[in-house]
Amino acid sequence: MAAVAQTSSAADVTEPVRARAPRGRLRRHLPSYAAISPYYLLFAVFGAFPVGFSLYLSFQDWDGIGDMKFVGFRQYYWLLHDSVFWHALLNTFEIWFLSTVPMLLLALVLAFLLHSQTRFSAAWRVAYFIPNVTSMVAMTIVFGSVFAQAGLANSLFKAVGADGVGWLTSALGIKSAIAIMIIWRWVGYNALIFLAGLQAIPTELFEAARVDGANSRQLLFRVVVPQLRPVILFAVITSTINGLQIFTEPQVLFYSDDPGTAGGPGQEGMTIVLYLWQKSFNDLQFGYGAAMGWLLFAVIALFAIINWRLVSGSGRDDRPGIPLGKETGRGR
Amino acid sequence: MAAERTASNAGLAIGAGSRTTRIAVRVALLLGVLVSLFPFYWLVVMASVTTQDILAYPPRLLPGGQLLHNMREVIHRIDFFTSLFNTVVVATVGTLLVLFFDSLAAFAFAKYAFPGRKLLFGILLATYMIPAQLSLVPQFVTMAHFGWAGTLKALIVPGAANAFGIFWMRQYAQNSLPDELLDAGRIDGAGFFRLYWQVALPLFRPALAFLGIFTFISLWNDYIWPLVVMVNPDKVTLQVALANLNVAYNTDYAVVMAGALMSVLPLIVVFLIGARQFLRDLAAGATKM
Repeated sequence: MAAVAQTSSAADVTEPVRARAPRGRLRRHLPSYAAISPYYLLFAVFGAFPVGFSLYLSFQDWDGIGDMKFVGFRQYYWLLHDSVFWHALLNTFEIWFLSTVPMLLLALVLAFLLHSQTRFSAAWRVAYFIPNVTSMVAMTIVFGSVFAQAGLANSLFKAVGADGVGWLTSALGIKSAIAIMIIWRWVGYNALIFLAGLQAIPTELFEAARVDGANSRQLLFRVVVPQLRPVILFAVITSTINGLQIFTEPQVLFYSDDPGTAGGPGQEGMTIVLYLWQKSFNDLQFGYGAAMGWLLFAVIALFAIINWRLVSGSGRDDRPGIPLGKETGRGR
Repeated sequence: MAAERTASNAGLAIGAGSRTTRIAVRVALLLGVLVSLFPFYWLVVMASVTTQDILAYPPRLLPGGQLLHNMREVIHRIDFFTSLFNTVVVATVGTLLVLFFDSLAAFAFAKYAFPGRKLLFGILLATYMIPAQLSLVPQFVTMAHFGWAGTLKALIVPGAANAFGIFWMRQYAQNSLPDELLDAGRIDGAGFFRLYWQVALPLFRPALAFLGIFTFISLWNDYIWPLVVMVNPDKVTLQVALANLNVAYNTDYAVVMAGALMSVLPLIVVFLIGARQFLRDLAAGATKM
């Protein structure tokens, strides 16, 4: 870095003279290129190369040690005929749906409640954000014990005279348990994002709407929701991308010395990334794992696009803008 | 100013602010906080009692006196301090590198017009969209090829500069770093690096605080990558050690819970120190997207 600093000060001082010659121009911009280069170098080695390599690998049969064998599209063919893969895909969608929908709705409600609080606002935010900060492994262990057959959740059921639930044994139980963990971790995070969106809505909009005689309901659906659309879009997209890559919760929940237990009873907790990890690093089917990575990527991209369309497509204008808002207010 | 605005559109958004509504809202929020914090309380309870207590019905709802004993068991059964050390090194060194490289690149992108700037920044944004799990296998193969599998380098180096941080810092730099200040520095003979170090960096402080905490937390909590790449079972991070403890002693709940508590506490402390600043910046970042 000392060298870069030297070059740069020399180049900057003599700038007017050097700028004429092409070589001098390059020298002048050298510090900028040097400053941005670490990211591109790291990405080339640890990002771009592996992505290209994974495409190559997905056409090979390889256990990581022996020779690679070219198999063409067969990994993809096997994958599409692998019932566990389809099951994992379905599980991932179910868990994603069970977690994302309640999570975003709760976050929206929470954001409104938090928005009405002018005192202790920092304390509220910290309290609601803490779940997002803590280690997923540790908290999955805690939730795993809460949802165990004789755990706290079933003890509560028992105390009120209800039957216990097979949280970690039944299909719906496993998915609900994982969804609850995700909801717990992400509601506060999303609520704070919605809250930031709410606070960014200009007060003039509300005043204009109120002058025009809008009631609370109209305020909510005609002013607040349209103004929040970009923030909601952001939350939906990130939840989709994260939600389709669920790994830690099901992995830790059913982790044991026996790879056969992965995904839990009936493999109802098997997600795509968990299956990818298991196939690659337990069964050493690197080509299969690489192919799965690409299918996962395709699914995520597809879903992100669908979400984008659904959330942003119905809107006339996503951008918070006072002129447009005022016009809308007057029109009603 | 901000608080005033919040207050005035707050009442409107929720509707009439009668006394009962206000109390109801506060009660609902308090209940939410209880749900949000309960798992931590429950973790403390389980870490401080015996395994029999955890399995008993009705369950014991108050902390016990076994905490130190359970913690000693954790230290006895796994190499807790080695994995803690590894995690601290990875999170600290990784965060410092990210702060340095990201802010340096952001400074160049925000304040210098060099040929290809737009294109390079576009590439940066495009790379940000690639999901990490896509190339889990080849990333591991690359590391093994370098002979880095099982070393802390594998956890630190690949993420030492990241697109998210550069993108975010650049947004910040554009708004918060006046050109006049840089011009003044140039007149004094400061070059690129000195301008970065002495003029830009001090002004970046709030943004660095956010990026630093964010990066530190993600590095501390990262699980799938260390699980894959730390091939030597004696040399793992805290998260992997905890998962292993959970597998090896899954009948000894109390000890596993003590381990979980020990892995969570340092991070909560770091977060509480920087929380206010962090949350303000998080909110600002989300609305600027």
